[in-house]
Amino acid sequence: MSNKNPRNQQPTIGEVMDQAGVGRRQFMKYCAGITAMMAMPPLSTAAFARDLRAARRPSVIYMPFQECTGCLESLTRSFAPALENLMFNTISLDYNHTLQAAAGEAAEAARHAAMEENFGEYVLICDGSLPTKINGAYGTSDGHTFLQQLEEAAEGAAAIVAVGSCAAFGGVAAAYPNPTGAVGVADLVKDRPIINVPGCPPMPEVMTGVLVSFLASGVPALDKHLRPKAFFGDTIHDRCYRRRFYDRGLFAKSFDDEGARNGWCLYELGCRGPTTYNACATIKWNGGASWPVEAGHGCIGCSEPNFWDQGGFYEPLTAKLFKERGQAAAAAAAGVAVGAAAAYGARRRQKKLAGDAE
Amino acid sequence: MSILEFSRGPMLHFALIVFVFGVLWRLTATFLLGFRQRRSEPRVTKGQAMAGGATVLGMRSWPHKEFIGRTAFGEAVGYGYHIGLFTIVLLGAPHVLFWQNLFGFSAPWWPTLPGGLITFISILTVMLMLIATIRRVGHPVLRRISNFDDYFTLVILYALMLTGLMTVLGIGGRYEYILAAHIISFNALLIWFPFSKLMHAFYIFPSRFLNGYMHAKKGAAK
Repeated sequence: MSNKNPRNQQPTIGEVMDQAGVGRRQFMKYCAGITAMMAMPPLSTAAFARDLRAARRPSVIYMPFQECTGCLESLTRSFAPALENLMFNTISLDYNHTLQAAAGEAAEAARHAAMEENFGEYVLICDGSLPTKINGAYGTSDGHTFLQQLEEAAEGAAAIVAVGSCAAFGGVAAAYPNPTGAVGVADLVKDRPIINVPGCPPMPEVMTGVLVSFLASGVPALDKHLRPKAFFGDTIHDRCYRRRFYDRGLFAKSFDDEGARNGWCLYELGCRGPTTYNACATIKWNGGASWPVEAGHGCIGCSEPNFWDQGGFYEPLTAKLFKERGQAAAAAAAGVAVGAAAAYGARRRQKKLAGDAE
Repeated sequence: MSILEFSRGPMLHFALIVFVFGVLWRLTATFLLGFRQRRSEPRVTKGQAMAGGATVLGMRSWPHKEFIGRTAFGEAVGYGYHIGLFTIVLLGAPHVLFWQNLFGFSAPWWPTLPGGLITFISILTVMLMLIATIRRVGHPVLRRISNFDDYFTLVILYALMLTGLMTVLGIGGRYEYILAAHIISFNALLIWFPFSKLMHAFYIFPSRFLNGYMHAKKGAAK
C-alpha cells in the first residue's frame, strides 16, 4: 500500500484513466456526476474534467483518532466514485490502519515514509476526536498520543479533511460532560487548510466528492463551520420531500399514527431538519435508495456542532416546555401585589387631593 | 448553549414571567383604582346602562358615519393588520406548534392554514403596517400624539414580522440565527408589552364599555 514515489513523479489522473481504458465519455459522465452533486453549474464540468485529468494522484494519509470506524464504514459504501476507483485511480491511500494489510511498525513506517516523500503535498484525513485532558493520554497509538500524531501529520499536509462529526467538532466524545476533553481537529490545527465533512457518519459521496473536488480545484468554498457549501449549503428541511406537509400544517404525532403512515412532516416528533445543513435529502444514502426521513425517522442533526447536547432527539424543535409554573404563579402574585399597592397609593393621593380641595 | 436554544428556552421563559407580572400589575392597579363618586341620580336602570355600554363598545369599534370619509381608511388599515397578526399567530402551523410545545398541551382539533397562505398574509400585513406607519408620521394629529412608545413598538413588530418572513423564505442568513432573531423579537415584545401602549389589547374593550356605561347612567349615551 505504501507509495514510495513523491507526488510530482506520480502519473496524472488522466494518465491513470487512459491506462485503465476509461473512455472520454465515461470520464465526462463521472465528472458531470461530481459537479452536479456539488451543485456546480453545468458549464463548469469541462473545466473540472480538465483540471482533474491534469491533477496528480495525491498521497492520502488517513489517521484514526478517538472514533468508532463508522465513518470509514460509510466511506467504503461510497458508490460514486466507488472506493476501489477512489483508492486506485484518484488517490494513493498510503496509510489507513483499518484497511491496509500492514500492521504495527510496518504500518507506521509506511506512514512516515509517505509523509516524508510527500511533505507539503499529501492530504491528511482525520477521523475521530482528539482527547486533550491529561495531556492527551486518553488516546494513544504507537506510543504517541493522538495530539502528538496529529501535530506531526498536520505539519506536512497540503490540506486536512476532518471526516465525521467527531473529527470536525468533537462529536459524541465531546458530549456533556466530555470526560476526555475531546475537541475537533480545527480546534487544534490553525495553520493548515481544514475541510470539515461532519455527519455521524458523513455521507460517503460527500467525503469522496470533497476529495475529488479538492484535487481538481483545491479547497472548496466553506461555511463558518468549515463545511463545503456545495454539500452543506442547504438545510435538510429546505430539501425535504416532506416539506409540503410542513407547509400545509400536517404533522405525524407519533411514529405509528395515520400521519406517519401518510408520510407527513416529522417536525413534531423532533426532526432537526430545519437547523441541520447536510445533503442527505438530495443525495440520499445507500446508492440513493433512501435516507432517514424517508425511512420514517426525523433528522437528528448529526452534521451540526454539539448535536448530542441539543436536547432529546424526540423533543420538537419549537419552544421548550414552560415548566416554571411556580415562578409564573409567583410573578402573577407579585404583579397583583404591586398593582394593588399602586392602586392603594393612588387612591390615597386622590383622597388627599379631594380633602385639600374641600 | 446556542443562541437559538437560549432564545426559545430561558429567555422565552423569562419574558413570559415578566409578561405575567407586568400585565397583572397594570390590570390590578387600573381596576382597583375605583371610580369617582357620582353624586347625580342614575337616569337609567343598571341593565339599561349595561346595554348602553355594549352599544358604545360596538359604535366605537366602527367609523362614525359623520367622519367616515376621514377615518375609514385609517381604521381599515388598522383592522387589516390586526386581523393579519392574529391570523398568523393563531393559524400558522409553526406558531400553533409553538404554543402547544410551550404550554405542553395537545390540540389536534386546532386548525392551521397552509404555509403559503400565511406567508401571503404576512406580506400583506407588513404592507399594511407600512401604510399605518407612513400615515402616523405624515398625519399632523397622529404625529403629535405619537411618542417613543408607539415607534419602539413598531420597531419590535417590524423585527418580528420581517424575521418571521425571512425564516420562512430562507433569506438573510442561516436558518437558526434568523429563527433565533424571530424568537428574540417575540421575547422583546412580551417584555415590552405590559409597559407600553400594547396594553390596549386588555384595556380597549373594557374602557369602551365603561365609557358607554357611565354615559348611559348619566343619561348622556345618545
